[in-house]
Amino acid sequence: METLRNKARELLASKTVQMVIGYGRGSGEAAPARAVFIRAAAEAESLIFDASCQQNLAVYLMKPEVRQLGKAALVATPSALRTILQLAAENQVKDHDLLALAVDAQGEVTPLATLQTIEAHVAALDCNLSAGEKTELQKYVALDPEQRRQFWQEEFARCLKCYACRGACPLCYCSRCTVECNQPQWIPVPAHDLGNLEWNVMRAMHLAGRCVNCGDCSRACPVGIPLYLLNQRLLSEVLANFNFRSGMAAKADNAMSTFKPDDPEDFIR
Amino acid sequence: METEKKLIGRGELEKLFSHWRSKGKRILAPKKIGAKIDFAAVTTLEEVCLDQVQTVQSAKTAVFPRVEELFSFKNKDGRVEIRERDQGALPETVIFGLRPCDDAAFAVLKAIFNWDSQDPLFSARMEKVAVIGVSCPRADEYCFCTSAGGGPGGTTGSDILLTEIAPGEYLAEIISEKGRVLAGEAAGLKPCPASVSKEAHLAKVEPVFALERVAPALARLFDDNAFWVEQSLRCLGCGACAYVCPACACFDIQDEGGGSGQRLRCWDSCGFGLFTLHTSGHNPRPVQSQRWRQRLMHKFSYMPERQQVLGCVGCGRCSRACPVDMNILEHLRSVAEAKP
Repeated sequence: METLRNKARELLASKTVQMVIGYGRGSGEAAPARAVFIRAAAEAESLIFDASCQQNLAVYLMKPEVRQLGKAALVATPSALRTILQLAAENQVKDHDLLALAVDAQGEVTPLATLQTIEAHVAALDCNLSAGEKTELQKYVALDPEQRRQFWQEEFARCLKCYACRGACPLCYCSRCTVECNQPQWIPVPAHDLGNLEWNVMRAMHLAGRCVNCGDCSRACPVGIPLYLLNQRLLSEVLANFNFRSGMAAKADNAMSTFKPDDPEDFIR
Repeated sequence: METEKKLIGRGELEKLFSHWRSKGKRILAPKKIGAKIDFAAVTTLEEVCLDQVQTVQSAKTAVFPRVEELFSFKNKDGRVEIRERDQGALPETVIFGLRPCDDAAFAVLKAIFNWDSQDPLFSARMEKVAVIGVSCPRADEYCFCTSAGGGPGGTTGSDILLTEIAPGEYLAEIISEKGRVLAGEAAGLKPCPASVSKEAHLAKVEPVFALERVAPALARLFDDNAFWVEQSLRCLGCGACAYVCPACACFDIQDEGGGSGQRLRCWDSCGFGLFTLHTSGHNPRPVQSQRWRQRLMHKFSYMPERQQVLGCVGCGRCSRACPVDMNILEHLRSVAEAKP
């Protein structure tokens, strides 16, 4: 932890960055860590890093009022590093826009100043689904289509359309989301069965081939809908079918919206 | 009416549940749903969960559903026929197991929906709802009812308030005419000895900020952009806080079905970028800090001024539900303590 704080002090004192986006102590007794925006070396002592530091802080790279504060150093979990690369691939961040402070479970800090160094760092990480995630996904995939429909109907019946999933997702950065376009109205606004199904399916499809499986949508959901199942299913499909994993390279085509003349599928030619 | 005190045991409560059911009433109560506890339709006392400090969502859906049809319309040869919603079809509902803060929130909703004119649908639903609250034996660090004019044993808004004075034994305070009717349906209510008091069985919730300082401080701070940016930097701009809030009542009107269809009232939230966006493209609150400011101003300044009621009951749900720990209590404290 002290390594991280020292690094933050040094970066702020030397004015290499204007701000360190990291984790600080949350407000409740059992509350996980929460995002802090450190702008003076003296405040760096409030930075922490422990198992409760799960939020993908890269979400703040796309928030206008955070961006206005200047260049940031971002305390980055593996998911956040992959998000940065995915955002770069989608032309949302440029090289040298930010400095990533990669942290691992032991609290080791690796400053990564360029997208290239982030790529090299990410390449060495295990980005597969964990054993637990695999088991749960297999159980879900084993359901027949009718069972899956029922499963989601029940889960989505609780959806409030509060859009916490969207807010928490660093790759849901559209300044005007499809649900906010009403000429024509693609997705029904009301949180009824159809509106909830269309919203959640649309979001999952928009994230297919882009989601880095950080899990923040599910953690954000106040009613506990297991949205990660949709995302993990789709990222597994994209990996199996296109041999593509999001968030591994700063320059990459979008798996779901790229056409190649030599595509092996006949129907697309 | 004067509050009447009785004693009621779990056995009698169980009988009451089956009595309500036999009358065709809908019973909403805290229930375990997956890993969360929320208000849902129940049929027996057995299903009811009262161990939690709070449910995730409030019970406001009983009177202000997240989507409700206001009326339907049919376009016939260029003439539009309107069919009003049949209010007789609304269900008779008993809400059981609300905390006193939630009970008090109905008064906030009434003040909003019946402010300058009576909202017929809301009032019709309210008319059919009876509220049986349960006092809080415990509180957590997000609770601040006592700073918002309430208390763990507050009776505002309840028709009957129960306080567990011994395992399975409740003190029932019968507060309203509706409560008297409900109690009349219970066989086996025992008289309450004068020595029985609920106070010893209530959670201790110390006041944490001076409410009277909040509104004047908000007025002073309105133009202090830096203050609001600092408070809201980590806010994600979602509607979780507003949607779990028992007192938030903003809504959006949607027509569905083209030429023939329904006009729907749907929940809305001041956290969203689209909230109050004008047709011209102008947005009076273009950034998140201004939307967050609106949330506090509305509840703690505009509503007390216009509707003579605070727009917050201190239940702490918004803080518990926030994905990024925007703790309203912390923010209110820093407002109340801001130097003039």
